[in-house]
Amino acid sequence: MLIVEQMHFPWLECSIVFPIIGAIACIFTRDKMAAQRVAIVVSSVTLFFTLAEWYDFSLLNTFEAHDNWDFVRWVFGHDIFVIDELSAPLLPLTSLLYLLTIFTTLNTKLGRFSFGWTLLSQAIVLSTLSCRSPWVLVQLMFISCIPPWLELRRRGASTRIFSIHMGLFIAMLASGLFLLENIELPGFLAWVPAAMITGAAVLRAGVFPLHLWMTNLFEHATFGTSLLFVTPMTGAYLIVHLVVPFVPAWAMQSIALISLVTAVYAAGMATIQTDARRFFCFLFLSHGSLVLIGLEVVTTVGLTGALCVWISMAISLGGFGLTLRAIESRIGRTSLDRFQGMYEHSPTLAGLFLLMGLASIGFPGTVGFVGLELLIEGAVGVYPVTGLAVVIVAMLNGIAVMRAYFRIFTGRKFQTSAILRSRRSERFSVIILTFLVLGGGLWPQPGIESRRHAAESLMKIRRDSLRAMERKNP
Amino acid sequence: MVPNLLLTFTGIVVVVSPAALLMMLGLTTLFRYKLSEVAISRFAQTCSITGLVSSLCILSFMLVSGVRDVPLEFGNWVSLHHLSDSSGFESESPESPKQSHGDADSHVHQAGEFHLRMKFVFDRLSIPFAVMSFVLCGVIGSFAVKYLHLEPGYNRFFLFFSIFQLGMIWSSLAGTIETLFFSWELVGLSSALLVAYYHDRPSPVQNGLRVWAVYRIADAAFLVAALSLHHLSGSGDFTVMMGEGDWPFGKVVITEQQALLVGLLLLVAAAGKSALVPFSGWLPRAMEGPTPSSAVFYGALSVHLGAFLLLRVSPLLEASAILSGCVVALGLVTMIFATMATRVQSDVKSALSYASLIQVSIIVVEIGLGLRYIPLIHIIGHACIRTLQLVRAPSLLKDYSSLENAIGDHLPPAPSIWQRWFAPSTRERFYRFAWERGYMDSILDDFVVQPFVHIFRCANRIELHCERLLEGRSHSSAVAKKERRKP
Repeated sequence: MLIVEQMHFPWLECSIVFPIIGAIACIFTRDKMAAQRVAIVVSSVTLFFTLAEWYDFSLLNTFEAHDNWDFVRWVFGHDIFVIDELSAPLLPLTSLLYLLTIFTTLNTKLGRFSFGWTLLSQAIVLSTLSCRSPWVLVQLMFISCIPPWLELRRRGASTRIFSIHMGLFIAMLASGLFLLENIELPGFLAWVPAAMITGAAVLRAGVFPLHLWMTNLFEHATFGTSLLFVTPMTGAYLIVHLVVPFVPAWAMQSIALISLVTAVYAAGMATIQTDARRFFCFLFLSHGSLVLIGLEVVTTVGLTGALCVWISMAISLGGFGLTLRAIESRIGRTSLDRFQGMYEHSPTLAGLFLLMGLASIGFPGTVGFVGLELLIEGAVGVYPVTGLAVVIVAMLNGIAVMRAYFRIFTGRKFQTSAILRSRRSERFSVIILTFLVLGGGLWPQPGIESRRHAAESLMKIRRDSLRAMERKNP
Repeated sequence: MVPNLLLTFTGIVVVVSPAALLMMLGLTTLFRYKLSEVAISRFAQTCSITGLVSSLCILSFMLVSGVRDVPLEFGNWVSLHHLSDSSGFESESPESPKQSHGDADSHVHQAGEFHLRMKFVFDRLSIPFAVMSFVLCGVIGSFAVKYLHLEPGYNRFFLFFSIFQLGMIWSSLAGTIETLFFSWELVGLSSALLVAYYHDRPSPVQNGLRVWAVYRIADAAFLVAALSLHHLSGSGDFTVMMGEGDWPFGKVVITEQQALLVGLLLLVAAAGKSALVPFSGWLPRAMEGPTPSSAVFYGALSVHLGAFLLLRVSPLLEASAILSGCVVALGLVTMIFATMATRVQSDVKSALSYASLIQVSIIVVEIGLGLRYIPLIHIIGHACIRTLQLVRAPSLLKDYSSLENAIGDHLPPAPSIWQRWFAPSTRERFYRFAWERGYMDSILDDFVVQPFVHIFRCANRIELHCERLLEGRSHSSAVAKKERRKP
């Protein structure tokens, strides 16, 4: 079915094509600093396109819309790239994270961080988050795994864990889709395709015990690449588009249970980590699992909460990761088993680290608070024990964040003759992220309302889809 | 009409003045604009005095007019309406979660809305507590100006101070459980950061983390209680949750069992914040911070916040005799423990902190016994006298030292009643128990923290082992690789 509503400009296609052009330009630019400048300009323009796209879409007052002068639709005859209420804020948010990552890359990291591949992966992620065709989604998911894989190889690290997990993910996703579309399985086997797609989605989301690829990636790839590969949460996007609409209640409950176990496990692991990257990875996993719990609770409140936490964790953990990356650029791999005492050198980064950490745990007054409240409210409504467990997860994550803050920034005086104070680009990022975190926390209504609309639309899609399936297989 | 407008305006000034201080210090820190010590202290004093005068104006109005409850509504912070079509399981089997757990979701289903309200209330409980907080914060703010003069962390101290003051004032005046939770968390955060104020040394930082961990447990209990109350009464407003009628005459609308469940959770929250048993270990640790913060904020202000919470939800205690009994029992146990612990402390701040705890536990017992105004008066009196003691303590030690120098010997110890009643071996056992602070920290460490850390460290090792296996490298090669990385 073709979508009628269209925006006033091909924002979507521009925001995908522009980074690709920028990536080609960066790859052919030998001077790394010049490449960074090109990447900053390209990423800024892409952010502008995505913001304009969000604004334009909000004017239409509809659930989904496509580009004006839609070239892809004209070529293929159906909608592939579509903006909807779910993806509308995710696109500018992802663009912002890419821009800030590129912008805050210090000279010490220019040799290892590829701006060309980063822009290419930005184009892939933006395409993924606006893709409606399942098979194109599979292809995009496959392509998105290539830049990190190449980076692992370039750095001389083993790619086996990443390859096994991502290979399994793509295989399960593709087979599930193929079975779903082409073969009618009898009896209980009818749920096999759905189970395969669900399995693929939770694997990509890093659900326990299938999360080893994530810790491995964080340990061996550059922090920037790992951060940008996981933060847009394309696994959750898969769940929303391919799992929530047609998977039965029992399957959703099972996923919720697994996600809950992951959330608690990862929160516990985050509290005892001695390596900052692994700590961040587990913190991310724990929060990501909370989003999955909300998605799988499938009530309007729970789903609204999950979508809010999704946005808030992208902002807060994105900022948290960038701060950690900035610290790494100064003192190398950061250990949490001893005090580093970085506060005197980088008080701005210390403040941002704490603020982002608090936002991620849903501290009142920050962007994560209302989302977490809604998530717990929704979870308590369906499974009371889940609500309790979510509170425990938030508690453990809070302890882990404060422990990391104290270990990295306090405990002793870091002695060095080098100047480690924050750079202008970092201060700019600090201000942007602070306003987002506090603005979203102190004035949450517009954001919550928009997520509620998206949640209700998803619920409607799920109901319609389940009714259609019931009619098909009474 | 005009008095009402005036009252609203004054109420807004009370609420906004600590927030203005935080905003001012927060924004200057964010934009790296360095304020002078004089500017910071003047701004802090102005905000405290403005808030204090405004709250005294409201108190005077209440006393003159006989009005006992002045609400200040800021509307819904978040509001979602028409959530009636909440479940995505509608068209599914009879075993769907909506049907099996329908009651739990009824708040959202029946009311069809979700909202977080921002409301403050000036009543017989909140006004005295707010006035006390303004007075003590103002006094300590002035004291800190001299105490921390030329300290490198002067600005940081006042930033945390502003968060603490905002948390205390908003906690006092909170009219909804969401507002109370919001400010309760602010107090917890600022407390942990103030304990770790001297962050160049590991010890204050470790103590700060300990305080934070205890507060997080208390906060988790509070959050669950808040959500449960929200579900049970259908609102976060204290006037709805605690029944119609001005404090302390409300009657709760929930059953005895529900009151017991929610009350126990709130008791855990109060125990964490007020350092009652088994969370008492954080209180002497909190003395690691600078005197203005550690001593006064924890010894005199935030340590009473748990008791304040119990007073605020006192209709819950009246609904359940078992709950009241638990409150009394917890107070008594803490009282006995703190009485023993305070006698063996070797530094004045720790001794005073346990002395505070004795009074707090007495206040808790009073609340459990059904008294309402006596504990409130007790809180105010105790907070003021303890502030004076704690601020005076360093100079008192100096005076004692001068006195001993003058007489050329130590001052004679006061005779102890214990010497007459107990044999030396028994006294030694009690001494050991008190010196080890009831072994509470050790018990928590050995039976909660260590097993937790052990389990997750094991899991971490298993994960790393699995990673090595999947990567196809042996343990020895991994170790060799690590060795090669070392300079």
